[in-house]
Amino acid sequence: MTLDVEKIRADFPILERQVGGNQLVYLDNAATSQKPRQVIDALTDYYTRYNANVHRGVHTLSVEATEAFESARAKVARFIGAEAPESVIWTRNISEALNLMAYSWGDANVSAGDEIVVTAMEHHSGIVPWQQLAARTGAELKIIPRTEDGRLDMAAAERLITGKTKFVSAVHMSSVLGTINDVKKLADMAHANGALIFVDAAQSAPHMPVNVVDLDCDFLGFSAHKMLGPTGIGVLYGRLDLLEAMQPWMFGGDMILTVSYEDATWNDLPYKFEAGTPNIADAIATGAAIDYLDSIGMEDVAQHEDRLTSYALSRFKELDRVKILGPVDSAQRGGIISFNHKSIHPHDIGTALDQMGIAIRTGHHCAMPLVRSYDVVAAARASFYIYNTEQEIDALIEGLKKSEEYFLK
Amino acid sequence: MMGGTSGLEHLDELYESIILDHYHNPRNTDPLESPDIDVEAHNPFCGDEIHIQLDIENGKVSGVSVSGQGCAISQSSASLLAEMLDGTEATEALELVSLVRRMMRGDELSEEEQDQLGDTIALEGVKRFPVRIKCALLSWTALEDALNG
Repeated sequence: MTLDVEKIRADFPILERQVGGNQLVYLDNAATSQKPRQVIDALTDYYTRYNANVHRGVHTLSVEATEAFESARAKVARFIGAEAPESVIWTRNISEALNLMAYSWGDANVSAGDEIVVTAMEHHSGIVPWQQLAARTGAELKIIPRTEDGRLDMAAAERLITGKTKFVSAVHMSSVLGTINDVKKLADMAHANGALIFVDAAQSAPHMPVNVVDLDCDFLGFSAHKMLGPTGIGVLYGRLDLLEAMQPWMFGGDMILTVSYEDATWNDLPYKFEAGTPNIADAIATGAAIDYLDSIGMEDVAQHEDRLTSYALSRFKELDRVKILGPVDSAQRGGIISFNHKSIHPHDIGTALDQMGIAIRTGHHCAMPLVRSYDVVAAARASFYIYNTEQEIDALIEGLKKSEEYFLK
Repeated sequence: MMGGTSGLEHLDELYESIILDHYHNPRNTDPLESPDIDVEAHNPFCGDEIHIQLDIENGKVSGVSVSGQGCAISQSSASLLAEMLDGTEATEALELVSLVRRMMRGDELSEEEQDQLGDTIALEGVKRFPVRIKCALLSWTALEDALNG
């Protein structure tokens, strides 16, 4: 089924915006997505009709808020095929989910001589918490390298994931290269060696079907703002038995069962990991974002973006001074295209495109080691979503041609 | 209506011809043999890198080398710095830095101050592109730090 893009675009008020006299062409979706009216309305609705704290009141508003909050959790669980809503922990974002893992699971289970394996394609948030855990514990961090064509070197992964490996943390879709990694295979390697795996689904969950059972992952995380939801909220999914065994990472209200002046006992899952009043409004709006994606269907989302990516890759061929970082064919690849111009710096391209109303990202994309492995310090990146069109990709290509004319005149 | 219908005419406010000239033909890039001041600056967010070397004789800049890689603004700004600095007193160099910074802030500069800035006045348009001010100031800030040692 084809997406009705015009109908979808009508749901996104921001797409009406003019930038510098041009209609906005938003191609920075890997940084954050735009929000449909349904998500914005969910926020307003909560604050105008039933704003109240959750889990602690007998009054009507608190009951309604609690129901909406918990039903959003259940929607997330269903969205990723999780066994139970309690296996879904609300965090601020995936970075917090990864920090929770490194502190709570890592500190209790990793010691000197152990190895933690990550991929060369991790976002900084998938590297630094594990680096810090390694530094705290004396464990070693191993990196699965990329191949020349921007895929993960699975043969190297076989060699690196061994009996010494305690934990594997792997990005599902690279935020720089767009590569979709075979995390199921990495999960198999981890499990065969008695290790556990965390899947960074920040770029995959918004754009393709993601199912924790199919991926056979032990933990998974993503941020809502990249998938039509609000900023400030994300998810950690974990296998129930593993979460049960883990110690809380933050302490305070809501996460306790009993407290005396001397001691405390912990609440049940998922509350054990949710200290303090949670981000109620944004959790509810995340539920609305998932409803929106469900109404389209993730298969169709993926298909639409695959079509856009193929089209963009074919049009990029017209620019012979532009080099794409990562796979140049659309197989096993999402709608993220990072590129460099032989003679124009990404920032200058970014500023020129902005003059034409075209929003792209420039810089190191929070993956410095990966970008530098291409012998560049920065790159430009265009990334697509459900509301993008082939005409917008035409605008990007024409904009790049105009930038060339301008800077190379 | 799709993006890209209006052209890049406003870009000239940012990329003056002097700036593009310095970007394409950077001045004083030959490294110095035994510089008195040798400083590197980089902006980790965009990867801009600048390497400044100075020979100083009797409080006067007697040799300058500036090289690096990055966007047109950071690199042309560094090249302008190299051109401006040759033969100046170290104290004048610091005055220049503060003038460039005030220009970026949008302060009104006297005619005399504008003259003092020479070709560097070409960077004035950057102030209308706030996210790019950092690029323009990268080399000047590094120079200031080095001189204040």
